[in-house]
Amino acid sequence: MKYAYFPGCCDHTSAKEYDISTRAVCKNLGIELIDIPDWSCCGSTPGHSTSHLLGVALSARNLALVEEMGLDCTASCAACYQRLALANMEMKNDMKLCEKINCITGKPYHGGVKVKSIVEVVAELGPEQITARVLKPLENLKMAVYYGCLMVRPKEIQVDDPENPQIIDKLMRTVGGEVVDWSYKTECCGGGLAISNEDIVLRLTNKILKEAVDAGVNCIVTACPLCHFNLDMRQKKINKIFGTNYHLPVFYFTQLIGLATGLKPGELSLETHFVDTREVIKLIA
Amino acid sequence: MIRVGVFVCWCGSNIGGIVDVPRVAKEAARFPYVAHSMDYKYTCSEPGQKMIIEAIKKYKLNRVVIASCSPRLHEPTFRKTIARAGLNPYLLEMVNIREQCSWVHAKEPDQATAKAIDLVRMAVAKAIHLKPLYEGSIPVTKKALVIGGGIAGIQAALDIADAGYRVILVEREPTIGGKMVMLDKTFPTLDCSACISTPKMVAVAQHPNIELLTYAEVTGVTGFIGNFSVTVRQKARYVDHSKCTGCGTCWGKCPQKVPSEFDLNMGTRKAIYIPFPQAVPNKPCIDAASCRRITEQKCGVCAKVCPVGAINYEDRDKILQLEVGAIVIATGYDLFDWTTAYGEYGYGKFPDVITGLQFERMVNASGPTGGKIVRPSDGKEPKNVVFIKCVGSRDEAKGKAYCSRVCCLYTAKHAHQVLEKIPGSQAFVFYMDVRAPGKAYEEFYQRTVDEGARYIRGRVSKICRQGDKLLVKGADTLLGTQVEIEADLVVLATAMIPSRNSRQLAQVVGFSTDKDGFFQEAHPKLRPVEAGTAGIFLAGSCQGPKDIPDTVAQGGAAAVKVCALFAKQEIATDPMIAEVNEALCTGCLNCREVCPYKAIKRKTIPDKARGQAAERTVARVNSSLCQGCGCCASSCRSGAINLNGFTDEQIMSAVKASLQHQRLLTNRQ
Repeated sequence: MKYAYFPGCCDHTSAKEYDISTRAVCKNLGIELIDIPDWSCCGSTPGHSTSHLLGVALSARNLALVEEMGLDCTASCAACYQRLALANMEMKNDMKLCEKINCITGKPYHGGVKVKSIVEVVAELGPEQITARVLKPLENLKMAVYYGCLMVRPKEIQVDDPENPQIIDKLMRTVGGEVVDWSYKTECCGGGLAISNEDIVLRLTNKILKEAVDAGVNCIVTACPLCHFNLDMRQKKINKIFGTNYHLPVFYFTQLIGLATGLKPGELSLETHFVDTREVIKLIA
Repeated sequence: MIRVGVFVCWCGSNIGGIVDVPRVAKEAARFPYVAHSMDYKYTCSEPGQKMIIEAIKKYKLNRVVIASCSPRLHEPTFRKTIARAGLNPYLLEMVNIREQCSWVHAKEPDQATAKAIDLVRMAVAKAIHLKPLYEGSIPVTKKALVIGGGIAGIQAALDIADAGYRVILVEREPTIGGKMVMLDKTFPTLDCSACISTPKMVAVAQHPNIELLTYAEVTGVTGFIGNFSVTVRQKARYVDHSKCTGCGTCWGKCPQKVPSEFDLNMGTRKAIYIPFPQAVPNKPCIDAASCRRITEQKCGVCAKVCPVGAINYEDRDKILQLEVGAIVIATGYDLFDWTTAYGEYGYGKFPDVITGLQFERMVNASGPTGGKIVRPSDGKEPKNVVFIKCVGSRDEAKGKAYCSRVCCLYTAKHAHQVLEKIPGSQAFVFYMDVRAPGKAYEEFYQRTVDEGARYIRGRVSKICRQGDKLLVKGADTLLGTQVEIEADLVVLATAMIPSRNSRQLAQVVGFSTDKDGFFQEAHPKLRPVEAGTAGIFLAGSCQGPKDIPDTVAQGGAAAVKVCALFAKQEIATDPMIAEVNEALCTGCLNCREVCPYKAIKRKTIPDKARGQAAERTVARVNSSLCQGCGCCASSCRSGAINLNGFTDEQIMSAVKASLQHQRLLTNRQ
């Protein structure tokens, strides 16, 4: 399997662990990721909330580059996936918009690309193929899988059911983890409001952490850099402000699949988290 | 000699305000064979009709063209009018210059007038070729079939039976009573549902004119109005009701407990059971799938304890054949399965999120909790109860576009019951709009509000588990804020949908359903209890969501229609039906494939081929079944089928008249 890979900006900065672990796991599982030459930022929330045209154009340019590669496209970041997938859908369904955007970018996109989330790409391997590679089942890991908003909404591009998604739950069970049923799988963490309204993000993230702890887990699993950023980096501040005492490692799903398939913590950048992951990793026999 | 009379109607200002009616009449006077042409303000009125009759006599008219409204509205009126003047009623041609002209071309009056003239020109050309047609007659079997034994079917059966006609009531469950008998109290009077419905159930069982077939399903219907032949499958009960006394020893001793359908799985019943103590018939049946004697050849307790030897494990389904003259469909509703659509409410995994009907069973004195409102999860009494309306109704994204009509009122009743039965309780109702348009309904809703129910205008976005409680998150759109309520119990007002398998029944009986699967009435206003197929009537919520008063009214209305049919010795058949010219028919039977009424059959006729006696196949139209739709005529490759009143000759004349005139105009230019 071969995909054009859109790493996005987060994966180069705050979410390096996601990029590193995604590349390592895909290599291990036989998924070939080829970087899109000269890719540019998807614009994320600031892009599409400023101008609809800007939001679509930024992604359309990247899709045009992918089209030249003759491959389908995948992104690890949930926001990048959502922007690319939505722009793809709009470009395919709205001929007038497509013409306008192609004029803006000067790089015509003809709608020949499929966009998939990295979660879908890995899940499509099927449980048998993944199980066959598991060397160290994730015993003793009890996890709350947290999907956030971007992967499951809106309906047109949802990776899974928006109320009770299962796709990562199934992957985690395949690699031997215990997954809990909890109500906050797709509740918003506040996302980009972290910059303008941190107090809202702290409040929302606190609720998610509280629910996870109440569900009796020893870690959270996510597939979104921004969710990870809010849940991992802000735990200390939340503890300080709300008087809580969370110490809950937050993993990317790729990191855990990596561990189960025999990659070393160093290869998965597990030491670059804000909340120490070592204690929990030790639980895996 | 053909003499056509043309009458152009103003319909007040409906037509006359746009179309130049006098000009249409004047132009029509110049068309071939037209002996008289005039206009009038209201042609359908008594003076208007008198004027037609006088004109027919005075000008010796033998074809009549009336340009007015839709023939759906007044064709029967004008047929009677010309019959009064001594003409065959089918020598009438109507031109719709209202719905199909003035109403749709209100902004271009000149063109509307030109179009009206054209339409009249075509009608006159067609009228010249009209032939007298004669109605036939068919006998009527004066026995009705009612499908469904809920309150609608019960009412219809009782009313028909009281009028002196025989009725067969078929119910697929082991008891009649339907949904109404499951309810606790009925809005807005709060009278006990069982107290007002069980006497009617008993009346059905005791009525000398009603034959009751419970635990039975209609599997086939053939025939036509007045003469239906119905196949019913009587499911095996494994209990001989002619011997059984209903003593109850068997279900007392049966060791096998299974969830009770009647209590919506909140209580249990035995494998041999009556659904509830007041069931009619009050004799049990065995649920074969749960019975250990039938599935595993073990147990057999019921047969041992039965004092009259009524148990028969070898019982099998029986097929019954019934002959009836009319059918009333009253198959009712089911509830929308919210657990597959509403993930935000937990997809059914929270035991303390229940439906309104489950609440009814719980609050019912004969229900699984003896009338106590409790949380299904731990049996504790709830303090905070949240009601969510429009779950599946008015929600095109997840459910149905329509309003289910009863939820606003039963939710008000539930909120009232919570406040009344649980001291210190709170009832929160999330609503989009409160719709209470019935007699004493608005007052009932206001009363619940006055009692302290908290109505919150907004949707619930999520229900989360919070300890042993439920956290209900939603919006208060009037205050513009988000709200969170810690609830002990959540009750969902789920949409009413057509009863399960109702689509199959519609296919079996042969009539149509609407976009939501409810049975389609013949006319939404003027024929609300008739199906599109003659002799089939609708009652209750199988036709659309409705409350008990409306359901009972419709049951009665359907019964009156049946009685009106049975009051005749014979019924007239519409002569505007298809006719096969056997000389032209090649017997391909393409027509049989396209006929929506199953009215075409194969027929073998003697044929002389090359001087030798032989046989060949032709199509035959059953004049009682044919509804005159014309599908066969238009699909016939050899032109052998003609629709009386719309023959090829008549239609082609109309088309030619229009085209020749157009050519004339073009040539002039």
